[in-house]
Amino acid sequence: MAIVAETTKFSKVAWPVLAWIVALVFFFPIFWMVFTSFKTDADAVKPEFLFRFTPTLENYTNMTDNYDYWRFATNSIITSVSATLLCLFVSVPCAYAMAFNPSRGTKDILMWMLSTKMLPAAAVLYPMIFMAKSLGIYDTRFVVILVLTLINLPIAIWMLFTYFKDIPKDIIEAGQMDGLTTWGEVKEILVPLAWGGIASTALLIFIFCWNEAYWTVRLTTFNAATLSTLIEGNRAPEGLFFGRLSAVSTAAVGPIVVLGWFCQKQLVQGLTFGAVK
Amino acid sequence: MGRIQLDKVNKVFGDVEVIPPLDLSIEDGEFVVFVGPSGCGKSTLLRMIAGLEDLTTGAIAIDGGDVTEVPPSKRGLAMVFQSYALYPHMTVRKNIAFPMRMAGIDEATQKAKIDAAAKSLNLTDYLDRKPGQLSGGQRQRVAIGRAIVREPAAFLFDEPLSNLDAALRVGMRLEIMELHKKLATTMIYVTHDQVEAMTMADKIVVLQAGVIEQVGSPLELYHAPRNKFVAGFIGSPKMNLIEGPEAAKHDANTIGIRPEHLTVSTTEGTWKGRVGVAEHLGSDTFIHVHDTGLMDMMTVRITGDIAVKHGDDIYLTPLADQMHRFGADGLRIA
Ligand SMILES: Nc1ncnc2c1ncn2[C@@H]1O[C@H](COP(=O)(O)OP(=O)(O)O)[C@@H](O)[C@H]1O
Ligand SMILES: [Mg+2]
Repeated sequence: MAIVAETTKFSKVAWPVLAWIVALVFFFPIFWMVFTSFKTDADAVKPEFLFRFTPTLENYTNMTDNYDYWRFATNSIITSVSATLLCLFVSVPCAYAMAFNPSRGTKDILMWMLSTKMLPAAAVLYPMIFMAKSLGIYDTRFVVILVLTLINLPIAIWMLFTYFKDIPKDIIEAGQMDGLTTWGEVKEILVPLAWGGIASTALLIFIFCWNEAYWTVRLTTFNAATLSTLIEGNRAPEGLFFGRLSAVSTAAVGPIVVLGWFCQKQLVQGLTFGAVK
Repeated sequence: MGRIQLDKVNKVFGDVEVIPPLDLSIEDGEFVVFVGPSGCGKSTLLRMIAGLEDLTTGAIAIDGGDVTEVPPSKRGLAMVFQSYALYPHMTVRKNIAFPMRMAGIDEATQKAKIDAAAKSLNLTDYLDRKPGQLSGGQRQRVAIGRAIVREPAAFLFDEPLSNLDAALRVGMRLEIMELHKKLATTMIYVTHDQVEAMTMADKIVVLQAGVIEQVGSPLELYHAPRNKFVAGFIGSPKMNLIEGPEAAKHDANTIGIRPEHLTVSTTEGTWKGRVGVAEHLGSDTFIHVHDTGLMDMMTVRITGDIAVKHGDDIYLTPLADQMHRFGADGLRIA
């Protein structure tokens, strides 16, 4: 009995301690980024100023004055919101069809969709750039929205599919008996019942879009450049301006961190694919 | 009106023929029960009538009009699901109103019908609750309410009582029967429970592996089962089926005798056996009889009680005019 009691006591202490350590390890870079953003570029690289320095907002004013932060931010918002909406517009009907009218190939199609996420992006980089250029859509918001939509479709369909599968088919069939059209089924039954799942999916896709750098940096130069490009742009040839870079990064991830904070519950549900209720 | 005709209706899932071509006609106002063991295709057949499942071949007509290609909502049928299938995000009122809203019926008529349905189903106090806040029996009544307001040509029930506990089930059974008497609308009712079938049906359709074994009134099935399957399936406790020399004495491959058609004695009788378990129901007693040399275990039903103990010798005598005879093909010998 004593052993049992001790083990539970141990795990009561050990697990939270472990959780805190892991959380701090994950949190530290973010903290350090915000911390550094209040140092001048010169101070940021000097060890003697590691913790003692004169805080400054110079990096932030510099960013809005010289770098046109708001243009990048506007592009980020427009492309992320549009891509998320477009992604839902395609994935909701798709997941609906696969969840309620599966065919023999449905499982294979789902696997195939997921497999596209395993293709290294670099493998299709140049074809994509050539195509974008020859179609005259290079460095437009349109191409960014298109690419963001496409790369996130598989995950959106997977998530929605798992949520929709939780809805009893009987309810959809009762709706059919009662005179619902296909669109009516989506509007009257599917969306109200899977609202939480759809919101989680939208949130996650939005975050993925916002954070996307590989494609946005390479498919834009100026007009459609997003915050990712802004961060990337501060990696100047003459060396890294850590202060400035930190400020830009903070300003780029800030909105998404705040959004994530408010939607924690939805996000956790989304990431566990509805396993946690 | 609700006359439903199935013409060589056939269903194949992948390469399994769940329903071989099947003909059946259901008259207007009839209470028809599809009964059969689990997995025999009752639900599939009902869903084909509802239009929720496509026919592989064959045709379905309602009141003479071919509906084979008509979508579910246009067939004028209402279905009550085993899981109730209520809309969980809508109140009881909205659930019942739903089919009327879809049909574009005006609000005043909707309200009148909801109130009438709620009154007859004892749901008036629950109209503003969500299905999650109701008991199983109440949910079932909401599902029925949602079906009634459509004034369908026929009601389809798929094992509507199997999620209810035993006491509630008997009550709901009566309510559904009363509903049928009141509305006089065709009802097709699917169940695996032969007691439900016997008590509720005007006409029973016994299915096995997608094939109709017999169609008839409860008493026809009880008194003249067409084959061994129906004989064993209808009636509780099950009919005793005896093969071998004893059957040969009666010029049959198998003879069947229901437990209630055996007389019991402790001193003399046609067949001798040993008492096993006795199930006392108060009004009746079921005695399991072993070592008759005729079949594994024979069941006898007697009215009241009898003074026998486990292991006692017992003598059984069949009522000659109540004996069923079946040939080698399993069919009844007249
Ligand atoms: N969608 C389906 N796909 C493949 N087989 C099915 C499908 N629906 C039912 N079946 C099969 O058809 C048979 C009959 O099923 P069902 O009509 O549900 O039986 P019951 O209602 O009599 O229990 C079962 O063997 C079942 O496995
Ligand atoms: Mg069934």
